[in-house]
Amino acid sequence: MAVITVEQVKKSFSTLEVLKDISFSLEKGEVLSIIGPSGSGKSTLLRCITNLETVDSGTITIGGDTLVTTTDQGSAVYADKHTISRIRLRVGLVFQNFNLFPHFSVMRNLTEAQIHVLKTPKDEARQVANELLVKMGLADKATAYPYQLSGGQQQRVSIARALALKPQVLCFDEPTSALDPELTGEILAVIKELASEHMTMMVVTHEMAFARDISNRVIFMDDGLIVEQGSPEDVFAKTQNERTKRFLNRFGS
Amino acid sequence: MGKLLMLMLEGTFTSLRIFFLTLLFALPLGLLVAKGRMSRHRIISSLVNGYIMIMRGTPLILQLIFVYFAPYYIFGSSADRFTAVIIAYVINYAAYFAEIYRGGIQSIPQGQLEASSVLGFSKIHTFSHIVMPQVVKRIMPAMGNEVITLVKDTALAQTIGVAELFRVAQNAAAREFSTMPIFIAGVFYFVMNAIVSKSFDRIERKLDYYR
Ligand SMILES: Nc1ncnc2c1ncn2[C@@H]1O[C@H](COP(=O)(O)OP(=O)(O)OP(=O)(O)O)[C@@H](O)[C@H]1O
Ligand SMILES: [Mg+2]
Repeated sequence: MAVITVEQVKKSFSTLEVLKDISFSLEKGEVLSIIGPSGSGKSTLLRCITNLETVDSGTITIGGDTLVTTTDQGSAVYADKHTISRIRLRVGLVFQNFNLFPHFSVMRNLTEAQIHVLKTPKDEARQVANELLVKMGLADKATAYPYQLSGGQQQRVSIARALALKPQVLCFDEPTSALDPELTGEILAVIKELASEHMTMMVVTHEMAFARDISNRVIFMDDGLIVEQGSPEDVFAKTQNERTKRFLNRFGS
Repeated sequence: MGKLLMLMLEGTFTSLRIFFLTLLFALPLGLLVAKGRMSRHRIISSLVNGYIMIMRGTPLILQLIFVYFAPYYIFGSSADRFTAVIIAYVINYAAYFAEIYRGGIQSIPQGQLEASSVLGFSKIHTFSHIVMPQVVKRIMPAMGNEVITLVKDTALAQTIGVAELFRVAQNAAAREFSTMPIFIAGVFYFVMNAIVSKSFDRIERKLDYYR
């Protein structure tokens, strides 16, 4: 069953066409990596799916409900506010630079949305947070503030913050790019662990070895288009596509 | 001497009333003005910008005179002096506060707003629980400056005949042919501002628990 379907999505910033015609679907339990050169539209795609950007046309469904669809005349029609706020919670997003709330303790970063958005009772929210902190190896950091944590720890908190809302899909936009090289491993390990638990994930990454390692499927994007998609084997080892080859060569993979 | 001090305390009380009433109204009004200034509607934002430019571009003393006398020429009657002072100070300080708020609000990284949106927080919750607490911390130093200026600006209220501290001191000085009362008033202002800056230091320290 597809958790996310994206059909013929187009998106421009004024005259710059960033997504030209994107279609793909994400199956339950699947780990999908999106690779591609800088400026190819990877972040924009994630941002359209998480409703941080609006598409110009195309269809996106999340968990079987339509976020946006397109009329015959070609204009995008979004679901009503209420539906959007309900279904967008099905997709979590982990940012490159964490975006934790600096004035909240780690605990409150994890409980705030549970309590105020999901209306989870406080005790239960705290319990969920504690379990996630244990899982992320941060059991002793509940009372710390973000500035007191390393980049890797902050990113683990932000993963926990997203997981606390029990999303059906977790998206990552270059989750290790802001980290010192020696800290990227701990984040990749966390994502790998989530993959082994069959968490449905979409990962935009420049870590080719990692993408090959954890993905069920890889999408290679270039210039607003999906140039190629397939198993890691297909894309990394057997690709016949010139653009893919050139990209992979440049990344020394 | 005892009588002089009594008079000056009375004047101080008037100054403090101006000070607190101005803060009471200008602090929230400034936030509204800042919101208007940042409005996506061009008309609203340019109107509000015009208002801010006038408030910051002309002397407070002139605004005070305007607020007191303009209604007289238009409607044939003025607000009472004290009310006119409060109105003039509130609209003037709201403009300064608005610019401080705006700077603070715009300094919150866009990414935090995006995180907040992805987590499903309402706009109101985002503003009141994510943005404003951090704004308050960031604007404290600028606010401190402005509030200290306000303490000294209360002395302008005498322009339209409100007997605040400085007016009382000047009257006493004229009566007694001595500059002493004026220096005593100086000490009063200094003490008030010492308290203001101590208070701001304390608030800043209180907000030091995060970076
Ligand atoms: N808000 C915006 N306004 C205007 N142009 C934008 C905006 N956001 C992105 N772009 C442009 O859209 C294009 C695609 O950007 P996007 O961030 O999606 O690329 P990306 O594949 O994520 O690149 P990177 O690997 O560098 O993160 C770029 O040319 C970028 O400059
Ligand atoms: Mg990007």
